[in-house]
Amino acid sequence: MDAVRLLGIRAAVAIPLTVAISAAMFWVASLSPFDPLAAYLGSNYQFATESQRAAMRAAYETDMPWWRAWWQWMGGLAHGDLGWSSTQSQPVATVLTERMPFTLLLSGAALLTAAAVAVVAGCIAGMRSGGVIDRVCTGVAVVFAAVPPFVVSLALVLVVAVGLRWLPASGAVAPGADYTVAGVLRHAILPWVALTVSQIPWLLLTTRTAVVASTQSDAVRGARARGVHGWALLRGHVAPVSVLPTLALLGTRLPELIAGAAIVETVFGWPGMAAVLVESAAALDFPLLAALTVGAALAVLAGSALSDAAAVAIDPRVRIAA
Amino acid sequence: MKSPAIALAVVLVAGCAAPSGDADSDQIVLSDGYVLGGYNPVNGYAETGVSPIYDGLYRPVATTDTALPDLAPALASEPPQPAGPNTWRLPLRSGVTFSDGSALDSADVVATYQAVRDPAVASEIATSVAPILRVRADGPDAVTVELNTAADPRPYLLLGILPSEKVEAGPAADWAVNTAPVGTGPYRLESLRPDQAVMVAREDYWGEPAQIKRVVYTYTPDDNARAQAMVAGTADGTSLPPRLIDSVERDGIRTVGVESADWRGVALPAGDPFTADPQARLAMNIGVDREALVRDVLVGYGRVASTPVAAVYGDAYDPDAQYRYDLERARTLLDAAGWRAGADQIREKGGARATFELLYNAQDTLRRDISVAFAAAMKPLGIDIRPRGTSWDEIDTRFADAAVLLGGGSTPYSIDSQVHDTLHTRVPDSSPYSNPGNFTAPGLDELLERASASPSGTAKDELYRRVQAVYAAEPSHVFLVFLDHAYGYRDLGWQQSAPILEPHAHGVGWGPWWNLAAWKR
Repeated sequence: MDAVRLLGIRAAVAIPLTVAISAAMFWVASLSPFDPLAAYLGSNYQFATESQRAAMRAAYETDMPWWRAWWQWMGGLAHGDLGWSSTQSQPVATVLTERMPFTLLLSGAALLTAAAVAVVAGCIAGMRSGGVIDRVCTGVAVVFAAVPPFVVSLALVLVVAVGLRWLPASGAVAPGADYTVAGVLRHAILPWVALTVSQIPWLLLTTRTAVVASTQSDAVRGARARGVHGWALLRGHVAPVSVLPTLALLGTRLPELIAGAAIVETVFGWPGMAAVLVESAAALDFPLLAALTVGAALAVLAGSALSDAAAVAIDPRVRIAA
Repeated sequence: MKSPAIALAVVLVAGCAAPSGDADSDQIVLSDGYVLGGYNPVNGYAETGVSPIYDGLYRPVATTDTALPDLAPALASEPPQPAGPNTWRLPLRSGVTFSDGSALDSADVVATYQAVRDPAVASEIATSVAPILRVRADGPDAVTVELNTAADPRPYLLLGILPSEKVEAGPAADWAVNTAPVGTGPYRLESLRPDQAVMVAREDYWGEPAQIKRVVYTYTPDDNARAQAMVAGTADGTSLPPRLIDSVERDGIRTVGVESADWRGVALPAGDPFTADPQARLAMNIGVDREALVRDVLVGYGRVASTPVAAVYGDAYDPDAQYRYDLERARTLLDAAGWRAGADQIREKGGARATFELLYNAQDTLRRDISVAFAAAMKPLGIDIRPRGTSWDEIDTRFADAAVLLGGGSTPYSIDSQVHDTLHTRVPDSSPYSNPGNFTAPGLDELLERASASPSGTAKDELYRRVQAVYAAEPSHVFLVFLDHAYGYRDLGWQQSAPILEPHAHGVGWGPWWNLAAWKR
């Protein structure tokens, strides 16, 4: 009952908060030191004359005050119109429907696998803190935390796609083919592995630290003294106080996921959202940028509300004042 | 933590490991580093008339990349006919249909050229057709074109023609043809997705239908990923930076460098006492070893540039206006001009020091490499140059006191547009990057004006040779290199078309594939 109430209150707060976030996004973006024309024209910028630049500024309304741009966007939104993306030369809704499924598939799968692998390995490592497995896991995690995702991606391509020729190097389907489930999945494997590998380290280290802390708590020491060991100890005494709080953090780590996905999508030519987000920010493509930031904000709000609600529902001791 | 993931991947893949080379033999797959879409000729797509989707009134035709291409009639049925002072009549080819089935007439040509000049359309290439004053219909089957110069009109008539009903009133980047192009070219766009574009040959093309029936462009922005797609066999061709091109060379894959009029050079600021001294600018031109730059920075994919006029311009090119590397002569020039080495080996004169910043667009690694190499080459002369990567909008504000590493040659098929704005003192309403220092040499402006107003011929060539000689005696820039664009392609047994001299733009629309429709088995 408490959990439902909490969700209701969070939802009520989310609406004005989202509106405020969208306004803040327009305001912050308007402070950007980048000239949107420079981003928009790319290398053609150096060939544009003053009158051409003026004509483009007027035609694309780059000098519009942020609050007017925001109000226009809100007005369109009220009619279900997300606006026109100037960087993609397409309606924002089309950009989203074409690309969002690819990003959700890739990022969702990578986050799930990363969480599963990291929690299992983190628990084992944390339970045997200081042992061989712990040292190996920690060492590997620290190394991969330091290796940028594009290095992992290129190494995978070099070995699996170019060397062994097991998997395609880039794209979402074979060139010239239509999207098919089998084709997309086959092309998704390498980017999925690369993104998973880039997300595992921080999750693993966080889990391990939490597990180690809980094994040193009085409760766990008491349980050990009573002869509770191994799986039963982990499940009954350690995991509830260490793993659940770690998983609750997942929703708030969205920025890391997006940053990793942007690089992985670029290297693999994956037709997702992440690279477009970066491009829209540089070129002040307000409608697309707004749709993406507000969408991301909503995802974080929903994620944290759900995980809090889950905590309230599972653990009767938890009291969260919405 | 990598091993469980890889093990999982291996399990998933087992059984579905067939290579994807089972496509039909009249298809070709090109891996493109540029975003797909944006197929609007009014906004700069196929500005120089090279496109699978569109035809211009004229189009470049080449049998080699070592000379300027011929400009042959395409949608115009014959060469321009004189029809008054600076005015030409162009009969249109009959029986030409667009890919949506509608027929070409003079209204389409007029609408396309009007749109490029319309401020509300905000075309990126409005200045490329600036010499054209008016395009008017002369009945449904001909147009008349009026220019502000007696020069050959054809270099300004290469733009792809749109059906008039596809021309819109709003900004060009928002037009429907960006993603759903309608042209008269040998191919039409079959499908466009973020990751790939597919073009198919038109059976109702007015010329000979193409033998390559399907062209697939896959979007792969990362240079390394494109090289690997090439090696892995998923792509039949791609463009690569010179540094990476050798990595794809192996059995069945060939590499090629295609000449371009795409120059890189240093524009110098007027507000710096050192670069404002003509003798200092001359000394820098003589004291840089351009051959070494081509050899070491471009790994051979390029040629030296002393002026924006490349050897491909034939008789208009002055072989005597080229700088010969001579460090001693450069030192003597600087000494004679009063620039003497100070305590820290940096030259100075009357309190001013021979030092300035050299700005380049930070996203462009080649400009970075050239900037650093140029700065290193100036060090032994006692000139301290500090290269720094930044954004275009910052460079915009620094013309007065900083040098800029520039590129040029976006419309090379006319020597006038290649040279005039770059060497002339600031032309009203030209790009701020055209001669930002506003330097000139005695008589240079007048020579440039006479040369660009002259019709093609030996007199014009002679004027351009004098332009180069006058410039070389008192240079405004330090032009360094012309780039060769590097491409890798798989030998699929086609008789490929010869390469063509390329403009600034490149990618898989150029290289061996600029005229795919002419490939034969």
